[in-house]
Amino acid sequence: MEKEITCIGCPMGCSITADIGKDGKINSLSGYSCGVGKKYAYGELTLPKRMVTSLVYVRGTNKPLPVKTSAPITKSKIPECLGAIRSVSVTAPVRVGDIIIKNVLGEDADIVATGEII
Amino acid sequence: MRNVDIIIIGGGPAGLAAAVSAYESGCRDILILEREEKLGGILKQCIHNGFGLKMFHEELTGPEYAKKYIDKVIAYGIPYECDTMVIGISDDKTVTAVNRVNGVQVFKAKAVVLAMGCRERPRGALAIPGYRCSGIYTAGTAQRLVNLEGIMPGKKVLILGSGDIGLIMARRMTFMGAQVLACVELMPYSSGLKRNIVQCLDDFGIPLLLNHTVVDIKGRERLEGAVVAEVDPETKKPIPGTEQCFDCDTLLLSVGLIPENELTKMAGVKLSESTKGAEVDESLETSADGIFSCGNVLHVHDLVDFVSKEAEKAGANAYRYVKGDMKKTGGGVEVKNGYGVSGTVPQFIHPESMDEPVNFMFRPKGVYKNAEICVEAGGQRIYSRKSRILSPGEMVNVQLSPEVFKQVPCIEDVTVKVEA
Amino acid sequence: MFDVIIIGGGVIGCTTARNLARYDLNVALLEKASDICEGQSKANTAIVHGGYDAKPHTLKAKYNVTGNGMFDKVCSELDVPLKWNTSLVAAFSESGIPKLEELKHQGEVNGVHGLSIIGRDEIIRREPNISRSVCAALLVTNGGIVCPYELTIANAENAAENGVRFYRNAPVTKVEKDGGQWRVQSGAGTFTSRAVINCAGLYSDVINNMVSENKFHIKPRRGEYYIIDKSYAGTFNASIFQLPTKMGKGILVTPTVDGTLLVGPTAEDIDDRDDTRTTSGGLAKALKFGSATWEHIPMRDVITTFAGIRAHCDRDDFVIGEAQDAPLFFNAGGVESPGLTSSPAIGEYLADSAAEKLGAKAKKNFNPIRKSIPKFREMTDRERAQAIASDQDYAKIVCRCETVTEAEIRASIRRPVGARTIDGIKRRTRTGMGRCQAGFCTPATIKILCEELGISPLEVTKFGGESKMLDRYLFDKGGGNHA
Repeated sequence: MEKEITCIGCPMGCSITADIGKDGKINSLSGYSCGVGKKYAYGELTLPKRMVTSLVYVRGTNKPLPVKTSAPITKSKIPECLGAIRSVSVTAPVRVGDIIIKNVLGEDADIVATGEII
Repeated sequence: MRNVDIIIIGGGPAGLAAAVSAYESGCRDILILEREEKLGGILKQCIHNGFGLKMFHEELTGPEYAKKYIDKVIAYGIPYECDTMVIGISDDKTVTAVNRVNGVQVFKAKAVVLAMGCRERPRGALAIPGYRCSGIYTAGTAQRLVNLEGIMPGKKVLILGSGDIGLIMARRMTFMGAQVLACVELMPYSSGLKRNIVQCLDDFGIPLLLNHTVVDIKGRERLEGAVVAEVDPETKKPIPGTEQCFDCDTLLLSVGLIPENELTKMAGVKLSESTKGAEVDESLETSADGIFSCGNVLHVHDLVDFVSKEAEKAGANAYRYVKGDMKKTGGGVEVKNGYGVSGTVPQFIHPESMDEPVNFMFRPKGVYKNAEICVEAGGQRIYSRKSRILSPGEMVNVQLSPEVFKQVPCIEDVTVKVEA
Repeated sequence: MFDVIIIGGGVIGCTTARNLARYDLNVALLEKASDICEGQSKANTAIVHGGYDAKPHTLKAKYNVTGNGMFDKVCSELDVPLKWNTSLVAAFSESGIPKLEELKHQGEVNGVHGLSIIGRDEIIRREPNISRSVCAALLVTNGGIVCPYELTIANAENAAENGVRFYRNAPVTKVEKDGGQWRVQSGAGTFTSRAVINCAGLYSDVINNMVSENKFHIKPRRGEYYIIDKSYAGTFNASIFQLPTKMGKGILVTPTVDGTLLVGPTAEDIDDRDDTRTTSGGLAKALKFGSATWEHIPMRDVITTFAGIRAHCDRDDFVIGEAQDAPLFFNAGGVESPGLTSSPAIGEYLADSAAEKLGAKAKKNFNPIRKSIPKFREMTDRERAQAIASDQDYAKIVCRCETVTEAEIRASIRRPVGARTIDGIKRRTRTGMGRCQAGFCTPATIKILCEELGISPLEVTKFGGESKMLDRYLFDKGGGNHA
């Protein structure tokens, strides 16, 4: 079976074609132009991951705090991750890099502040 | 009147990088004028990741990317005034600005870097028929409302235009609990980055309707729906019978960015029809002596990393100008847009006196597969490279060293083109 | 009880209100929309017509010519921008020249002075950007341009300063005679008065037909327009008409007092008087016919499009004055073009008629002077420094495209009959009217409106009713577990 995915490693957006065997194993890959593409394709076809960025409630204000996952998390866990982010709140001050949720959903990634609230 | 070596108009990614670079080149009299409350420009509201891969080899969010430069500005002690609007600029580099603290201030600069960024094309410019109801926003305005003000503009969203901000907002609105019905694109391709199409639309099953547009707006008070029709790819005219109505309370527009060149015009700087920004040479100096332009006010970029790179060059060259270190000999040679190329920057170069690599940036006019990017000077091909895919959404960079030009005698013009 | 209730807060209602304020009368104005100037008066061609176009001996002709002559005084008292830029009625073929002669004659019968027919060379000298296929034109020296919303709002502000009460969100549902007085039911409550003046524009027939057997009917006629960026200011000096047709004055190209250019209107009879939609057909038509005058209309620099509905009356003329079978009920019905031009004359006539019938005396302390909000964009640097010294909010430019400061926006809300909506601020200050069409300033404008009115951003509307700008806060306060 052939499967085509678009590499997102860089603005090139290479079209990568994978030949996947009946056992789900990737037999061959073509169309990537660098190591990033090859790695991305393997990852995307086996266990796709995404960075998640969102907003956290800051007590006493309507202005939210921007946050991100410190590393990509499993794509299928995005809704759960957003739920976790939504269920917390912070109080000023917050600095860039402060950990808001440690090891979110056991994904080996923290939710960290990307903005500051003074 | 206050004298300043370099005034930088705009404290977004371009202005910040220009200031840092001017400082690192040795300039100690710089002033950044920023109209908003804080430095950072549009990056403040771009809370998504994907910035900095080229400049810092790591994936940053917008605020984190901006912070890299803001921290330097603060560490170097570069003065900046926020909440300050430049209301006048003349070709002799007299800059008039207003703010609450100092009222009307007049500066006399030795060099000026224009870094005002761009704005979004509004509904009016598209002449979309229908009611003039509430609920229609440019994607960037919605982004600001959600990410900075913490307010959702609506519940059911249609996106017109597949520019990057539109794609990013499709995901953001989804994340924040809204329902995004579709992203509608007039062209047969998206003008957004591939990664954004994959991660902002495909991941959430949001359809991308290519060759489609909005033909009617429903709702007298608040938006109630948008009628979408397929267009003929050649004429761009809606095809009767293909109309479908999306019930939505919000329409976000991501239909193009326009460099904000009101001040540039005021300074008497010559603008390019193709980029809608200033015409510049390889040093990023405009037609006005000592006035430089960089970032999205010069031409709309796809990646902030390229903005920073360009702005660093503008900042450094502004300081060379201040020091009297700019040596340009011979008349400028025109850089022409050849086949498949639009908006090449710079528009002029000085091959004889060039002493650092020149970076040509342009946007392909269409989608080309397995095409060759070529640069010709004096009728000779001086550069070419193969590219598997070229698309208008992605800017092309071609860096050439001064030596390449010195091999060609008597260059009358330079052409950048695509050979498909 | 009021002495007079005016129904409708368009240019006619507000001008009538101001003129009634000259008398010792207790006057109220009821407006159905969230703001004054929400109907025809906000969406028209903004021209002070010379008076050649109306058929002789009609009320249109009479009030057009009289009204035109009053503009200098009214605009100077009310500090409203007015420019006598002249009008040209251009013929693009030889066959049109006799029609120009007819128009000239008609104008002269109407009492218009200074009409002449000019040839191609003279036209091109005056208007270098007009299509070269022009043959001849009627030159109308008393043609001008004015800002229709500023005129309406200025009249309202001056009326309010002089004691007139304004009720907005007050759609009138019933008008009836109750003994010796009128009882007017509205969305803002029931009011009684000795006299009623119907200035209800597109609904003037509905109001009239509630009380008078002498019925008339409005046949709504839609016109669609383009607004071209002010970077094209100076492309045309005069307002350039084409030869009129049965449906109206045809599609014209005109500068506005704000520097933009208008192209339009189309003329399409429609059934729904609130159908202010633009249509692809209408816009295409405006472009096609407009191109006869301006060959290469710069579509890239269109900043917006809009549609206005004219209150065309089945009597083909204005209906002005007291209804024969309803004493102390006065009409300004079927007021369409040249209604803006006629407004000073109609407002004066209606006010004087009602005052006379009511035996009212002139008010001694009537102040005819109204000053507009000082505009930062029109100031010199010295004036700007002074303005900022007295009000720091003049240093904060909210609308970049039109250079509108926070001080001006706050003033527009604080003034009499002040802005309550985003569109209200826009019409009073030009905030959001420029080329970015409110992209940058909307969040800031919402914030200022909330601060001034003490409301939540979620309550802010574009123009009242359900036209809410925003949906909800991301986080309800109190939600979330502490991290």
